[in-house]
Amino acid sequence: MRSTLGLAALGLATLCAMPARAYIAYTSNERDNTISVVDLDKGATIKTIETGQRPRGILVTPDGKYLLVCDGDDDEIQVFSTATLKEVRSIATPDPELFALRPSGNPLYVSNENDALVTVFDVSTGKTLASIPTGVEPEGMAVSPDGETIVNTSETTNMAHFIDYATQKMVAGTLVDARPRNARFKHDGSEVWVSSELGGTVSVIDPKSHAVTHKIAFPIPGLRDEIQPEDIRFTKDDKIGFVALGPANRVAVVDARIYKVKQYILVGERVWHVGFTPDYKQLLTANGLSNDITIIDVGDLKAVRSIPVGRLPWGVVVNPASAP
Amino acid sequence: MEGERIPRGLGRRAVLAAAGIAASRQARADVATIRIGYIRWVEPRPTISLLDKPARDAGLAGAKMAIADNNTTGRFMNQQFELVDRRVSPDEDPVAALGELAGEGIALLMTDAPADQVLKLADAGAPKGVTIFNIAAPDDSLREENCRSNTIHVAPTRSMLADAVAQYLVWKRWNRWLLAYGSHPQDALLADAYRRSAKRFGARIVEERQYKDTGGSRETDTGLIQTQQQLPVFTQSAPEYDVLVAADENEVFAGYLPYRTWDPRPVAGSAGLRPLTWDPSSESWGGTQMQDRFVRAFRRTMTALDMQAWTAARMVGEAASRTQSADPARIMSTIRGPQFQLAAYKGEPLSLRGWNGQLRQPILLSDGRNVVSTSPQPGFLHQVTDLDTLGVDQPETKCRL
Repeated sequence: MRSTLGLAALGLATLCAMPARAYIAYTSNERDNTISVVDLDKGATIKTIETGQRPRGILVTPDGKYLLVCDGDDDEIQVFSTATLKEVRSIATPDPELFALRPSGNPLYVSNENDALVTVFDVSTGKTLASIPTGVEPEGMAVSPDGETIVNTSETTNMAHFIDYATQKMVAGTLVDARPRNARFKHDGSEVWVSSELGGTVSVIDPKSHAVTHKIAFPIPGLRDEIQPEDIRFTKDDKIGFVALGPANRVAVVDARIYKVKQYILVGERVWHVGFTPDYKQLLTANGLSNDITIIDVGDLKAVRSIPVGRLPWGVVVNPASAP
Repeated sequence: MEGERIPRGLGRRAVLAAAGIAASRQARADVATIRIGYIRWVEPRPTISLLDKPARDAGLAGAKMAIADNNTTGRFMNQQFELVDRRVSPDEDPVAALGELAGEGIALLMTDAPADQVLKLADAGAPKGVTIFNIAAPDDSLREENCRSNTIHVAPTRSMLADAVAQYLVWKRWNRWLLAYGSHPQDALLADAYRRSAKRFGARIVEERQYKDTGGSRETDTGLIQTQQQLPVFTQSAPEYDVLVAADENEVFAGYLPYRTWDPRPVAGSAGLRPLTWDPSSESWGGTQMQDRFVRAFRRTMTALDMQAWTAARMVGEAASRTQSADPARIMSTIRGPQFQLAAYKGEPLSLRGWNGQLRQPILLSDGRNVVSTSPQPGFLHQVTDLDTLGVDQPETKCRL
């Protein structure tokens, strides 16, 4: 066992010293307080990083240099170097759950779940730029591609809240179905989709008028209450929206031009967050209850393999600077 | 006034922000105020475990939490919620309190009073346009032969609770039950509910035993030895059984059953594996954040009664924001409407049974340390919603609203 770990560490050291040779994914494992580092070429977890308590939201900075994770029960965001996988900084903030970076790489928008706040941080210094009161149990965070609009969802208020980047003020709130979990902008910025976990729907919202223009349901024969939409991702051309369906154990493939579900892809159990590889050819799903990630081939729309990670994987992200 | 108080620990910045908004809002004419009354039944109730001793703010804390949650949402809807708390003891008439609250213009009123008082309040409230939210009385009769069109039942019925236990026991294939029930009228009703559940889900009650409340049997400094001897004798010479099902609503004996039965058997019902709307250990479906917020605000853990009070006030808040109205009549028609859903940390939305005003909801099964399971159990199916496998279903109802 020790020698295997040694080899893995050696492999990693080599990896760090030289240009990346594989897509590297990270999962936040809520139950065992770790991040799994997954080599997608090897199809294996190559290292496990200890984190603070209850790691959930996870992201990598656009330059690929830093890995950020929300440790909800430790009231902090940890910043790790992706090169050394060591913590380089910690940002104190109460009960962070999920966050999003402005596409430029700064600032960072954090939902503070217990305090009904969105906190804005300068990610380079860790300084608080603003605290914006929002709805009860803020969760989903999304930044528009132009960086001008931030959307936060609140699970108990049941709204998508629109925040203006320049003024750092709440400008609108759109009611959606019960327990909104996530928000995601299309790459062209024309729409923001918001998933409602208990409502079982995705609301398509026009970010200019803040009106719900379409509502997508996910009928699956034989399933009813298990259909709980969570994370959303769009292909680069915005033609397909992938919606993780939680305990339905499926990812819905939605034709994002006509808002119709094309098919469902069976993945692991309780799929919450998903993430693309930088080339958009693979979609990774974090399967909380089966303790693994599933890789979906985006071209074939098929699940190709699953890779074991830590316990209760919550989020998954691929380092944008890694390459196969 | 309760409504203006923000529970401690909701986060200093959030509180300051909320206070700032509340202050600026005073000047604004377009903010609608929605007031919810709470007739709080104050009757001392002995419990077997010291851990179950009701807090002074039992129920009230849950209602306050919901008012704070509603007000956070209300900031975006120009709505403000207030709670008006009236304590009523058994030697007082709750109808007088209802009259006062109705006189103050309150039309939405929750109460944790017992069933006979709920009925009195409903009938007294009807001509005044008051809707009663029953947050505690589990009596099926209030939803059946004595149902009232101006009553919403947030508390689950005895039949729902018994079905929740029964489904799990049947799923475990613990089909042979020894039914032990107390000597109070409520215990007879609860025993009836377990008999009905056994029949419904294919379990068999191998024998029934009544435990008479002779007074003074609760554990004291010297009572331990007595209990240790009484309970084995009470459960001695039973036919072969898998599980002891206890029906003891007044906490006379059930709490003493675990580890004291003659045969080594698990206990369910009023002790052991208990059916509840909430348990402070529930962490699924966002439960952790609810527990965190509650403990921070009230310095104690959240009970089932707190959850039922929270749910009642949140139903009002949810309907008010969905309709963007503070009009009690519109709020009530929304709550009763087919689209109404409330997220309450139970993994699926709660909604109302239109035929009798009962809130349909999953039931947690707790061992007092953890949530063992949640009913309905897998495989118990229903054509409308599996939640309607718990309790009296529409085709069986005696309620005609």
